[in-house]
Amino acid sequence: MLLTLGLLLGCELLGEVTARALALPVPGPVLGLVLLVALLALRPSLAKGLRATTGVILANLSLLFVPAGVGVIGNLEVLSRDAVALIVVLCVSTWAAMLAALFTFLAARRLGRRGAE
Amino acid sequence: MPEETGAPTFGDVAELWSYLSTEPLTWLTATILAYLAADAVSRRLGNPPLANPVLLAVLLLVPVLWLSETPYARYFDGAQFIHFLLGPATVALALPLWDNRETIAASVAPIILALVAGSVVAVASAIALALAFDLPPEVILSLAPKSTTAPVALGVAEAVGGLPSLTAVLVILTGIIGAVTVTPLMNLLGVKDWRARGFAVGVASHGIGTARAFQVNPVAGAYAGIAMAANALLTSLIVPLAVGWFGL
Repeated sequence: MLLTLGLLLGCELLGEVTARALALPVPGPVLGLVLLVALLALRPSLAKGLRATTGVILANLSLLFVPAGVGVIGNLEVLSRDAVALIVVLCVSTWAAMLAALFTFLAARRLGRRGAE
Repeated sequence: MPEETGAPTFGDVAELWSYLSTEPLTWLTATILAYLAADAVSRRLGNPPLANPVLLAVLLLVPVLWLSETPYARYFDGAQFIHFLLGPATVALALPLWDNRETIAASVAPIILALVAGSVVAVASAIALALAFDLPPEVILSLAPKSTTAPVALGVAEAVGGLPSLTAVLVILTGIIGAVTVTPLMNLLGVKDWRARGFAVGVASHGIGTARAFQVNPVAGAYAGIAMAANALLTSLIVPLAVGWFGL
């Protein structure tokens, strides 16, 4: 477990350092993710040892969003001033993105299957 | 002194509370307990969309902070230890990506096309709608990265001039909206492909959507994880460009 945590934090730190050093717009943890995939490709045997801890983290992903969610209390002024507009923007934009991804995915799969026949 | 052996007085309780409410340990514990309670309720009810664990936990904690007049900064002194784990959790998404590399390789084209479509629509529609509603510029810039995972969205918002604390809340709300509506929406449309369902919710509502997808179906969860990780990368590239296009 400690080894996994060390590896996750090490990848994140390296990602953070790389992003800063090269002034990349990509956040450190995302580069860390790419780095870990690269490490797994180099040494597939790593995956077995990591899975126990990463499984626990990913199974409780919702918990990690709670502290940020409670931040609603510090933004009540902005949120209540534009409440209706914000709710409409968030709902419509989220559904639009979901439907765009959904129909593109389905259409691309159908085209791919037709191409393969 | 005989008075110290009796029942605790109001003064004792008030003193104890003033100690507890400033102690980071209290709010760290409260966050975990609220989540455990929210998760237990959600499971007991069979994980219905509306009983979202993030939503329930926030609804449990906000009144406690309100009644105890605890400022968010003091709450966050304790809760930051959980918030911090968002970084390593993002890195940990490498595992489901790696485990599903063969399925991913088999549907690379749909994944890339759906990712670009979903990501661009998420950012552009948020900015365009916010402009139409005449929202203040700092709110628009905080809205732009709303569909990507919290640590990424905060970094992106900060880089373009949004308000990180507002972005965090908008990101969480986006996640909850997607997680609560995805199942009824997909059933209404009659979509039975778990890959497409998972991918769509992962692109639009990041980790909270991904957590919901894992509740419903493991294949949907894996695809939501892919979408979320890839969208974290793409959104951080798209938002600065989109902000330029819209002239913000």
